[in-house]
Amino acid sequence: MRTRIKGGRIIDPANALDDTLDIFIEDGKIVAVAKKHAGFKADEEIDASGLWVIPGLIDLAARMREPGEEHKATIESETRAAASAGITTLCCPPDTSPVIDTPAVAELVQKRAEQAGYANVLPIGALTQQLEGKQLSEMASLKEAGCVAVHNVRALDNIQVHRMAMEYAETHNITVFITPEDNWLRNNGCAHEGRVSTRLGLAGIPEAAETAAVARDLALIEQIGVKAHFCRVSTARAVRMIARAQFDGLPVTADVCAHQLHLTEMDISDFDSNCHVIPPLRTQRDRDGLRTGVNENVIQAICSDHQPHEADAKLAPFCATCSGISALETLLPLSLRLIEEDGYPVMETLRKVTSGPASILNLDAGTLSAGRDADICLFDPESYWQLTADKMMSSGHNTPFINWEFKGQVMRTLLKGKTVFKRDDEI
Amino acid sequence: MNLQVDENGRLRHFLSIDGLSRDIITDILDTAESFAGVTAQSVKKVPLLRGKTIVNLFFEPSTRTRTTFELAAKRLSADVLNINLNVSATTKGETLLDTLRNLEAMHSDMFVVRHADSGAAHFIARHAQPHISVINAGDGRHAHPTQAMLDMFTIRRHKPDFKNLSVVIVGDILHSRVARSQIIALNTLGVGEIRVVAPRTLIPASIDSLGVQVHHQLKSGIRDADVIIMLRLQNERMQGALLPSEHEYFNLYGLTEEKLSVAKPDAIVMHPGPINRGVEMDSQVADGSRSVILQQVSYGIAVRMAVMSMSMRSQQDTGGSTDANQN
Repeated sequence: MRTRIKGGRIIDPANALDDTLDIFIEDGKIVAVAKKHAGFKADEEIDASGLWVIPGLIDLAARMREPGEEHKATIESETRAAASAGITTLCCPPDTSPVIDTPAVAELVQKRAEQAGYANVLPIGALTQQLEGKQLSEMASLKEAGCVAVHNVRALDNIQVHRMAMEYAETHNITVFITPEDNWLRNNGCAHEGRVSTRLGLAGIPEAAETAAVARDLALIEQIGVKAHFCRVSTARAVRMIARAQFDGLPVTADVCAHQLHLTEMDISDFDSNCHVIPPLRTQRDRDGLRTGVNENVIQAICSDHQPHEADAKLAPFCATCSGISALETLLPLSLRLIEEDGYPVMETLRKVTSGPASILNLDAGTLSAGRDADICLFDPESYWQLTADKMMSSGHNTPFINWEFKGQVMRTLLKGKTVFKRDDEI
Repeated sequence: MNLQVDENGRLRHFLSIDGLSRDIITDILDTAESFAGVTAQSVKKVPLLRGKTIVNLFFEPSTRTRTTFELAAKRLSADVLNINLNVSATTKGETLLDTLRNLEAMHSDMFVVRHADSGAAHFIARHAQPHISVINAGDGRHAHPTQAMLDMFTIRRHKPDFKNLSVVIVGDILHSRVARSQIIALNTLGVGEIRVVAPRTLIPASIDSLGVQVHHQLKSGIRDADVIIMLRLQNERMQGALLPSEHEYFNLYGLTEEKLSVAKPDAIVMHPGPINRGVEMDSQVADGSRSVILQQVSYGIAVRMAVMSMSMRSQQDTGGSTDANQN
């Protein structure tokens, strides 16, 4: 099968390429990005004039709820939603049920994704068995079974176990994902400790729950030299601490949730449970600091932190609701909004959802280079649309962005050269 | 959109002082004043809510608040149903929404709700059928607006000129829904100066954003004050790392006649009850001439009558008739 994508604006951050060219695809791989490719006879031509042609997005954190919580969503339902949002690779955190702490579960997740056929799913292995923070997981076997990193999701209470886990991961050259959170300081809080939590009487999570953990973990990373990645940074101060560590040459990277770049504690308003997220929405100053972190490349990736829920999970008093946003379908729109709002360069913004996350995980993806899988997103930058619950593809409709207007829309998504989503004609 | 007022700006639910205008708050106080006369008569009933069913829905134990709500409802001639739901209902898997739907099926007109989660009353108001009024009788750390209103009522009876008052709240501000509601009510009524007094472990973050001054010493905090409100210190606060001991707390923050001498000579002392004598204040102060603690309790009935009748009036006129919604 040979496919030619014609006349689109190719934006490929990994190659610093921004030009009107064609993409030539053969047997699922990109064979050339050029005006012409001698001898290429396309079976299929896709007209991309007026569209952006960008690498399929890579999302560092997306819960698909399978295995274990299929009443919320499934790998099939969520990868399909991902395809509709231009995302072709999703990393699945290990807090499934059962936990991804054995090769069998890691393989199951990948197999289900393959069967569904909408997107690549890369499992992240558990750092400790059952994520209990006590005994190390079989990290080497998990890596062998396709896990691209290890993560404990909830931070470890026992810093000694944390240290050993990092040393063991480093032994096997595995990237450790770190949730920068001190459980004691978090103390069952459900909102940022500040004006809004005080006014609404919500148990607060202080800034120091994040910064104290970052400081402590940076000390370990410095001593161990493990490749470490801070997940879902939420405070301006933590961004500065990580920037300093990067300046000092530590092997650390970081990501931020797209919603953290747009919402603040004020959006909780009158107990809007769709704004119940962990880490919590923080202050305007933090939001600005996170944007600066993205702009200055202290933060290399923007992720969705997708957490679909059934409607009941959000129908309770604020703190009693499940946290998280169904966020796949707003990852690209919210990222691109930075271009409109803050004048970010298009190339750099797209880097945060393509080659940025790819380089954190050393993935052979997130670019349009010849020889790579043809995971490609076609995007109409001029189309306006509104997010509504009935049009959402994810099983979870829990999002505070309902009724937001966005500029730009995914028109078609290709996975290994095959069209897995086409607007108005979903496959 | 303000959940608490209808399109004519009248009280529809009473969930929080936050978001209510000075006019509405003053209206509640004035209405309560008219009911204060009723409760003093030998026949203590008015027929305003005859035929209405009020459900006291208490997810947290309470004696005083529940009984004053019950008395208030009965004096308005309403039928009252007391439902005490401890944790067991929820551990059986019934959600708050399920409970709500079941009670709606019993054709009630008003829910008086107490719940351990902040925002529970807002949640219920948002999901209840439109003809039902919701009154917040305390939700988590968030709000206890009828308590705050009876405190405002008590203050106004003694010190009608809010503008020149200096009001001090002493104690566990962090966990207190009463304090939050009081602070917002005092500010809405234009009280000149509001201070809070507590060690830092009991003061929530950014409390100054609510418009108060923070003091950590009792004497500097109550100097020249007109009104001193002592908060109840829950026993469980001693078990964590918030405070070292009752002994030290009383030494530093317990109100005694000696410490009270720095306040204005005609200062009044209030407490939402029940008092821990020897912890928040000593008996001399609690039973002394400046204490208005028992008046607070009796005013509580008039204030709750006011809130209930006002929110029901709005529902009767605009919320759709009871019959139309019950089938």
